[in-house]
Amino acid sequence: MFAALPLLDPFSVFRRYKDMRSLGLLGMNQRNHKYIARYNARSLFPIVDNKLHTKELALEYRLTTPDLLGVIDNQHDASLLDRFICDKEGFCIKPAKGSGGKGILVIKACEQGRYQKTNGDWLELAAVQRHVSNILAGLFSLGGATDVAMIETLLVPSHALAKYSHHGVPDIRVIVFRGIPVMAMMRLACTESHGKANLHQGAIGVGLNIATGRAINAVQRDRCIERHPDTGVLLSELQVPRWHELLRLACSCHEICGLGYLGVDLVIDEREGPALLELNARPGLSIQIANNAGLLPRLRQIEAIKKPELWTVDKKIEFALAHFSR
Amino acid sequence: MNHSKTPFVILIFLLVFAGLALSWHRHITYNVPWLPGEQQQVWSVEARIEFVGENTPAIVSLAVPETQTGFERISEYTASPGYGLEFVERGGVRRAEWSVRLAQGKQVLYYRAEYAAKKMLQVKQASAQIVESKLLRGSGPHITVARTLLESAKKKSADEFTLTRELIREFNNQIEGVFLLEQHASREAWLVALLQQVGVASRRVSVLELEDGRRRSQLLDYLQVFSGDDYVLFDPFTGERNAESPVLMWEYHSQPALDVLGGRNSRLSFSVIEQKMPVGDLVVRQREMQSNLLDFSIHTLPLSEQALFKGILLIPIGVLVVCLLRILIGIRTAGTFMPVLIAISFIQTSLVTGLVGFVLIVGTGLLIRGYLSQLNLLLVARISAVIISVIILIALLAVLSYQLGLSEGLKISFFPMIILSWTIERMSILWEEEGGQEVLAQVGGSLFVAVITYALMMNEYVQHLTFNFLGLQLVIMAIVLILGTYTGYRLFELQRFYAMIKK
Repeated sequence: MFAALPLLDPFSVFRRYKDMRSLGLLGMNQRNHKYIARYNARSLFPIVDNKLHTKELALEYRLTTPDLLGVIDNQHDASLLDRFICDKEGFCIKPAKGSGGKGILVIKACEQGRYQKTNGDWLELAAVQRHVSNILAGLFSLGGATDVAMIETLLVPSHALAKYSHHGVPDIRVIVFRGIPVMAMMRLACTESHGKANLHQGAIGVGLNIATGRAINAVQRDRCIERHPDTGVLLSELQVPRWHELLRLACSCHEICGLGYLGVDLVIDEREGPALLELNARPGLSIQIANNAGLLPRLRQIEAIKKPELWTVDKKIEFALAHFSR
Repeated sequence: MNHSKTPFVILIFLLVFAGLALSWHRHITYNVPWLPGEQQQVWSVEARIEFVGENTPAIVSLAVPETQTGFERISEYTASPGYGLEFVERGGVRRAEWSVRLAQGKQVLYYRAEYAAKKMLQVKQASAQIVESKLLRGSGPHITVARTLLESAKKKSADEFTLTRELIREFNNQIEGVFLLEQHASREAWLVALLQQVGVASRRVSVLELEDGRRRSQLLDYLQVFSGDDYVLFDPFTGERNAESPVLMWEYHSQPALDVLGGRNSRLSFSVIEQKMPVGDLVVRQREMQSNLLDFSIHTLPLSEQALFKGILLIPIGVLVVCLLRILIGIRTAGTFMPVLIAISFIQTSLVTGLVGFVLIVGTGLLIRGYLSQLNLLLVARISAVIISVIILIALLAVLSYQLGLSEGLKISFFPMIILSWTIERMSILWEEEGGQEVLAQVGGSLFVAVITYALMMNEYVQHLTFNFLGLQLVIMAIVLILGTYTGYRLFELQRFYAMIKK
């Protein structure tokens, strides 16, 4: 809040406002009003707001996605938690209706009834059970409604990407507008973000060239960086493997859920290739900072087309490669 | 899904037009000024008499305050369907008397009067008669105690008023002696008796504290002490000459304030509301008795409801502030409209007390919540535990501040406790997930919004406009709708994307 003091100067405010307009930056109000309200029908929200629905849909259409180990939907089962997880190497517990990455607990190893978080801390079984119990009571869900906890297998991040992430699995966010991939970034967890991959929690965002999957620019806490703060790896050399497969997966996500302005979260699994983590009907704006580019010019290009939703996946990707590469 | 903008623009136009037209109509027809300037403060007081009839004829007699020092009565009005009403004067004392042939079941009578507050107005009153009190006759330990109190007060005083002040102070200091005295008669009775003993004319009067928005308030016993033609009112417990809020003497002829014949369980309660009226209007005070569809004023409602609405009509202002600050500036708050609720409680508690109380309660609540999280409780039980802790905390703070002599602290109980408990729970989770900085940002943001909202709600002009011109609510509605279509950047986004602009 205090960093905003120069904003008290009306001239500087006006200048910045104009600069941002000319860069084509999408703001929160415009995103909500022009894109989410217009292209995302309210009736489709439950598909993405409830990750269990997303998962069912993804399985139905045979999209690659982490296996569902179990679903806990009542407090009694929370005490039976160890049945689901007793012999698993690593797993992930998430609230079905969580938002903004809230309530996701990633366990990378278990040993003698203790569970290791991605940042190396050990948790007792009781602590994991309390987490599940909190999920069920709706602590992390939108509007505090009661919720269910999903337990998923942990993916093995692709070898090519493993060195870029200090903690946790690096995931890739693609914005898909009316079926066409528009912008992409990779989110890397680090010490500062406590293993979380959300940019506002301090994770690193790496903008990716939509044509090649190669890094363009990297930011942390809205500031440009060159190297990973924990590992010192040069971020500009980052290249996502199996990029075209990934774009295809992102396009099919639009087809299964029907949301016009969609954020797709994906990971590259060592064996399975690109896999769907979750969908987001209100994708954040920081992807613009990571890419050092505004979304608006790209969105407008697509808005000028009649019914791009009906194109084939190949044509959509072709369009993206032709217009949005850098 | 492309919507045409025309219906929206028409709607906005209609809302603004209707709102302004209604306000204009009210301004022209009822002479309500746009601004609260050059105005007379007027206290509308409504006495509500309740009793249960005993199937017999009933006579109800109510003391009616006349124009007195500081207050000029400008109008009076009664509502009592089925009753005969007469203002009777006996021995120079005017009272309202209602009568009915058969009073059956619960009866409610209203008397409403309006008093213009006039600082310069001095009304002489005949001094109280000095009669020797029966209380001081005879002997006994209590007589000795009373005389000792009187003697020491007398030594420290110079005139009638300082004597009264000192006497009350003695009563507050000598707790044991006063305990003995109060077994025989009330404190007020003793004070009057002792003052009369040394020739100071005084009497008990029933006064009404004038505080805007008061509902169901009761008369208080005060002392009226004379010095010649002059008099001063004393609170028999604090000894203060001037209470925080002005007081109106309701009954000052040593008679009962309310007298009901043929009824039981009688109750007298008051609602008070402060109004601003143009000075010119006071001369010819025409009430808007006949309700008119276009008269969108709440001044036709009973006073107690008006007092309620005065607060309610300010809420849209708070909501508008939240809209502005979130959409145009992008301030993050804990809970969308929580700041408005906090601001409303600030109005009750006063700003500083409210801020200190809020920080204390939320801070301590977070500590308690930190402990509760170790107990591995279910969410609903945990929040219930936080609610109970918050209530205990509020009670403790109230008692503590009262013991320390800070009567301000008592107002802490006006906080919305359930909302506070949820805030504590959310903040606690936020702390675990995003760290203390985010908690500070959100709590700070909420308080910032709350303070701005509070400042606006307390503003004389805002209060005047919202209370007198209901049509302006439509204009606020239109502004909120327009804000809902604002697609420009938020102020904080200018800061957030600054790294990109620089390049």
